Amino acid sequence: MSQQGYVATPPYSQAQSGMGLTPPLYGHYGDPSHAGAPPGAMKPAGPMGAAPGGVLPPGPPPPGPHQFGQNGAHAQGHPPQRFPGPPPASGAPPSYAPYPPATQSSYPSPLPPASVSQLGRQLDTMHISYGSGMAPPGQGPPGSQSAPSGQGPPPPLQPSILQPGSQVLPPPPTTLNGLGAPPMPPPGPAPPNAQLQPPPLPGQTLGSGYPPQQGNYGPQMPGAQLAYPGGFPGGPAQMAGPPPPQRKLDPDAVPSPIQVIENDRATRGGQVYATSTRGQVPPLVTTDCVVQDQGNASPRYIRCTTYCFPCTADMAKQAQIPLAAVITPFATVPSNETPLYLVNHGEAGPVRCNRCKAYMCPFMQFIEGGRRFQCGFCSCVNEVPPFYFQHLDHVGRRLDHGERPELSLGSYEYVATLDYCRKNKPPNPPAFIFMIDVSYSNIKSGLVRLICEELKTVLERLPREEPELPSAVRVGFVTYNKVLHFFNVKSNLAQPQMMVVTDVGEVFVPLLDGFLVNYQESQSVIHNLLDQIPEMFADSNENETVFAPVIQAGMEALKAADCPGKLLIFHSSLPTAEAPGKLRNRDDKKLINTDKEKYVDVASLGLVPQLTGGTLYKYNNFQMHLDSPQFLSDLRNDVEKKIGFDAIMRVRTSTGFRATDFFGGIVMNNTTDVEMAAIDCDKAVTVEFRHDDKLSEDSGALIQCAVLYTTIGGQRRLRIHNLALSCSAQLADLYKSCETDALINFFAKSAFKAVLHQPLKLIREILVNQTSHMLASASLLQLILPDSMKVLPVYMNSLLKSCVLLSRPDIPTDERAFQRQLVMTMGVADSQLFFYPQLLPIPRLAHQCSQRPARLEISYRFFPSPRVLEVNYCQQLPFR
Amino acid sequence: MTTYLEFIQQNEERDGVRFSWNVWPSSRLEATRMVVPVAALFTPLKERLDLPPIQYEPVLCSRTTCRAVLNPLCQVDYRAKLWACNFCYQRNQFPPTYAGISELNQPILRGPQMPLIFLYVVDTCMEDEDLQALKESMQMSLSLLPPTALVGLITFGRMVQVHELGCEGISKSYVFRGTKDLTAKQLQCTFPNTGARIMMFIGGPATQGPGMVVGDELKTPIRSWHDIEKDNAKYVKKGTKHFEALANRAATTGHVIDIYACALDQTGLLEMKCCPNLTGGYMVMGDSFNTSLFKQTFQRVFTKDMHGQFKMGFGGTLEIKTSREIKVSGAIGPCVSLNSKGPCVSENEIGTGGTCQWKICGLSPTTTLAIYFEVVNQHNAPIPQGGRGAIQFVTQYQHSSGQRRIRVTTIARNWADAQTQIQSIAASFDQEAAAILMARLAIYRAETEEGPDVLRWLDRQLIRLCQKFGEYHKDDPSSFRFSETFSLYPQFMFHLRRSPFLQVFNNSPDESSYYRHHFMRQDLTQSLIMIQPILYAYSFSGPPEPVLLDSSSILADRILLMDTFFQILIYHGETIAQWRKSGYQDMPEYENFRHLLQAPVDDAQEILHSRFPMPRYIDTEHGGSQARFLLSKVNPSQTHNNMYAWGQESGAPILTDDVSLQVFMDHLKKLAVSSAA
Repeated sequence: MSQQGYVATPPYSQAQSGMGLTPPLYGHYGDPSHAGAPPGAMKPAGPMGAAPGGVLPPGPPPPGPHQFGQNGAHAQGHPPQRFPGPPPASGAPPSYAPYPPATQSSYPSPLPPASVSQLGRQLDTMHISYGSGMAPPGQGPPGSQSAPSGQGPPPPLQPSILQPGSQVLPPPPTTLNGLGAPPMPPPGPAPPNAQLQPPPLPGQTLGSGYPPQQGNYGPQMPGAQLAYPGGFPGGPAQMAGPPPPQRKLDPDAVPSPIQVIENDRATRGGQVYATSTRGQVPPLVTTDCVVQDQGNASPRYIRCTTYCFPCTADMAKQAQIPLAAVITPFATVPSNETPLYLVNHGEAGPVRCNRCKAYMCPFMQFIEGGRRFQCGFCSCVNEVPPFYFQHLDHVGRRLDHGERPELSLGSYEYVATLDYCRKNKPPNPPAFIFMIDVSYSNIKSGLVRLICEELKTVLERLPREEPELPSAVRVGFVTYNKVLHFFNVKSNLAQPQMMVVTDVGEVFVPLLDGFLVNYQESQSVIHNLLDQIPEMFADSNENETVFAPVIQAGMEALKAADCPGKLLIFHSSLPTAEAPGKLRNRDDKKLINTDKEKYVDVASLGLVPQLTGGTLYKYNNFQMHLDSPQFLSDLRNDVEKKIGFDAIMRVRTSTGFRATDFFGGIVMNNTTDVEMAAIDCDKAVTVEFRHDDKLSEDSGALIQCAVLYTTIGGQRRLRIHNLALSCSAQLADLYKSCETDALINFFAKSAFKAVLHQPLKLIREILVNQTSHMLASASLLQLILPDSMKVLPVYMNSLLKSCVLLSRPDIPTDERAFQRQLVMTMGVADSQLFFYPQLLPIPRLAHQCSQRPARLEISYRFFPSPRVLEVNYCQQLPFR
Repeated sequence: MTTYLEFIQQNEERDGVRFSWNVWPSSRLEATRMVVPVAALFTPLKERLDLPPIQYEPVLCSRTTCRAVLNPLCQVDYRAKLWACNFCYQRNQFPPTYAGISELNQPILRGPQMPLIFLYVVDTCMEDEDLQALKESMQMSLSLLPPTALVGLITFGRMVQVHELGCEGISKSYVFRGTKDLTAKQLQCTFPNTGARIMMFIGGPATQGPGMVVGDELKTPIRSWHDIEKDNAKYVKKGTKHFEALANRAATTGHVIDIYACALDQTGLLEMKCCPNLTGGYMVMGDSFNTSLFKQTFQRVFTKDMHGQFKMGFGGTLEIKTSREIKVSGAIGPCVSLNSKGPCVSENEIGTGGTCQWKICGLSPTTTLAIYFEVVNQHNAPIPQGGRGAIQFVTQYQHSSGQRRIRVTTIARNWADAQTQIQSIAASFDQEAAAILMARLAIYRAETEEGPDVLRWLDRQLIRLCQKFGEYHKDDPSSFRFSETFSLYPQFMFHLRRSPFLQVFNNSPDESSYYRHHFMRQDLTQSLIMIQPILYAYSFSGPPEPVLLDSSSILADRILLMDTFFQILIYHGETIAQWRKSGYQDMPEYENFRHLLQAPVDDAQEILHSRFPMPRYIDTEHGGSQARFLLSKVNPSQTHNNMYAWGQESGAPILTDDVSLQVFMDHLKKLAVSSAA
């Protein structure tokens, strides 16, 4: 129970008084290392960044110093871990330990409080000045920029001109010095009193997302100026420079994604990103930083297309910016971030709003001395259940605010009660069933032997709930060609038993006991079996396979065992055997009987993994020496990765808008419940929102995503992600808060979904039109693209080049179907990499390997070069 | 007329045939008035030590519609080298091979040697102990099989597993869903028309699938006769239909299905009975596979003859040829029709009729068929004096050595005019055979008709027989006399009426099916025991003697040994039981008592050792609960109603309202002599 880790904390909760929805800033539950992190330094936008460490200002103390105090001075009084956090607390300066080395290199040692505050102030300064960022970027350090703030036009730091011919690139990407650069001296009017800043003005919010870019500017300016002699001091009108709009497209003038990526990495990479503020735009997916949950879900879990929603539907229509969130509820968090806390209310179960059933979260407002709470989503006033009652402090916040994750964090988990279980029965731990195609081609290619050999290793690493406990996952084995072979691998058997089911028309599982076994117990029998399978079918000439009966058999087995589970099917051919689900070759007839003939009808077969939350891995014309490394790594990853079963997701929103469309590996039987047989750390669901009323700038737009699922250990849990977005009546605010990577994710999924029932030409037209409309509206006044959308045209171009959206006879249908399916479940990081692959030069000399080579732009310009290039396409798709 | 008894005995020993009438009425009309039809009990593989197999093809009548086999009853013209078929009177040339036939010059053997096939079908839904015992029994049987025999294993529970034997490193099996009625039984398709024994070991009723007998839940009891009568047994019809189809399929391909059902409750033999019944398989019912009853019985399946061959024949066909005056109506026994029409097939069907060929998939030396004939000679076409009717039984089968063999049995009987020679016909009556033949008819009817109807039919037949062959004055019951050849017949009928073959009361449907199964295939002697159990008495007053199956035989100072075929029961009278309890048998001075106690046990052991299936052995005494088996069998001459009238000293009263033989006889006489009837 995580609660026992809570201790009564001093009322630093006061700090956030009046902040309304904005939660406090101690996302360091239980982990003193985080708690003691130099908050000021790491949280540019956070109020505590402004608080000089050690010096407690009078009045409501900001949380920052408090944390320091707590972990330092009061450490003895409180157990260091308030939540049982994963990285162990270590010693006096533990606070800094877990930060990634990059951070440490930037801030090599625990900064003294003074410098911390200095830095914080500095950063604040930066974003304040950023708000006034119309100043020519090339002129002087950002700190000295003093243009009037609140102007709110697009950040001109790396402005782009809309006209295709004249897009201007930002400064060259020598970003490393940005990281290393010492903080600017803190001049300027940085308000140390950051509490006053939020609720942020849109501009500021945006700024808080971007300030680091400015940090780069100092050193980069010369380069920038070189490349783009025409700075943009005042606006587009003054844009002067060699690339006039009418000229032929200068490749260098196209906004460089690399530039943007590297800039963001330089300014925000390695830092702490705290999610305290409503509507702040997170760092790019390509930027490594430490996310600290301070009341909103980490961007690893939810990433929105825009962090500022238009207030009205009309405005949304005018902007044409898709309002969507890409939710990866099981995203992997790096080891230096706190894993989700588990809340257990025992038999009472989670506290929820009576009307809209939203779960207790930081958006709930406690009133009447704590006896009631008002739902942030539907405004319904609910009684607080007696067991949950707690008094409020003088700012109206519960005294136990800091002790309960569900009151102060954006993401957390609930232990679900039996009411949340199927048939009111606790679920059984899941099972993995390995189903291997042993038809002639698979035997001949050596794949069967490879799988069997590898499984011996892979099975040792089955996922487990607690690292120290053995995995609760049971395993079963099936081989098949046009009939199915089940294996009894019960631990007390001297040798495995094979049971052949020939009745593929009405398939069933011939055994209950001994099919699904604990790997540890049955290890010797399983190894015996895995040794025998390649031999058993070595002489097989069977080249017909079935597919649907295999899946049915797996389902029946799981049903019989009454457990959730995963089928790992190693299939290699079109299922042509006489059975349900038989398929015909629809691909190019001319290729039949040639080397190129390798068609399994991904479009048909792939539906199964897609609708069940599975993953499709495809290897064209599998060849042992070429494909086995990738295959094995996929297999290991697939078995080991974090996964939840029997999941049902519900996205709740505050009044005024709602989730209308869902994309991903999902099944929906009604308009609200997203059902997923399984969901793993790589799977994302993209949710589109639409207005059904007006949104107010005051209350913003709240999103709560709740996923009810069964853990790998067989526990039923609820995973809650909360996110608050801001709202604005100003179009400019919207554009500033856009997130291009999420936009592309959304566009890709909606376009890929549409290819099933709309002509490609129309889809491409819509994409182009909407993009140009967005860009046009965004730069209506200045003809300058907002910084946030600068690379959208390039990315959109990449998307349009996807083979899914091209119709060419030389593209195998399998490949199109495969890529389509792949993208449909992708998270933002994956889709970014997928559509804009990493192009890395491979250093000629070995000693150069120590340093990561700089990523290159994906452009034809780089290809003729004699250098060896490596393209990191996407982790699942090695470039071939 | 001892000659007839001897004649009957000789015929049975030589031919394995017993006729109800050994002189046949020569006209159709008269034959129908005989009440008991002209019929025979035929044991095709009757063991005869003096019957060497002839290693050449039989000589067949050249008439295509006849094809009877040359036999000693044919007239042979040695000079013309011709023989006259005694069925169609066709004159045939001897084949050239007959000219120089000798020991050294034999025609080619028939067909290749075929391996025997044994398929073990094992229910796995049983207690571990039972399964273990069954496993041991099966291993034992494997050791008895010839090395050339093919063996298969199918196990089943909720699903059916066909095991592939001979896999190394992994045990492999093919699995089928138990609920699905598969159209192709692989093994059956693989070895058509080859002798194969499918041995099913069943530990409980089927609870799913097309042959299900009872629902899955334990709370639902399995159907009883009561349920069946009230049409309350919803699975019976469907299940029976399924198993009938299955049995027919197996019978067509010539495979034997044995059922070894061991469970305390019923296992669905009622539904499955047709499998062994139609294929000539065995049906064995026991409480557990872990009993000597099952183990010994199963071992006895693999009994070998003096040549070291199994006493079983496979894939047999029986063809019957008759002379013109007589036709075959049908057969009752473990056979199916081969639907072979011919000139000797009667339109009047009795049992499995409409054919002159039957398939008997499994044959043992005791397998006996009841075959019913119809005299078709018209009244106005008298047969000359001394004319004989002939019947030829041609049995082809696969000997357990793998050889195909043909056994030809040809018999002939005299014709007699029933109007003038009724005495000689009456004298030729074989009342034992007649009783069994009538019993088979009755039981055959009982399978499809209501119990009371069958009893009424049986009674009417008996009365008509009495009227026809008894001597009496009209309406004077006391004047009724029956000749010796008929004297026992009413008594057989009395016990048959009381037997479990016709009475379902106190028997489960499974038990009834089991009893009927054995009655329908055993030879005459065994069948008689089943109808009228044998009772022996052991006492100090003399050597062991057979006594009346009557309650008056139950005396305090006697030990009784009853053989009902299914049970061997030793009953110690009241005094004997007391002595035994006091331990006199252990005292040296009472050694004779020990011998007395031992004598019936030894006799019982003898029967137990020879009979198949092994009977249930019961040792009980006066007042013992198991004494009920004896009390239910004996004629209740003394009951609680009349015991004082009969004197207190003799016998034990039976608490029953059943009529006694005396009452039965009185009624019979009254009805027989009644002019109203």
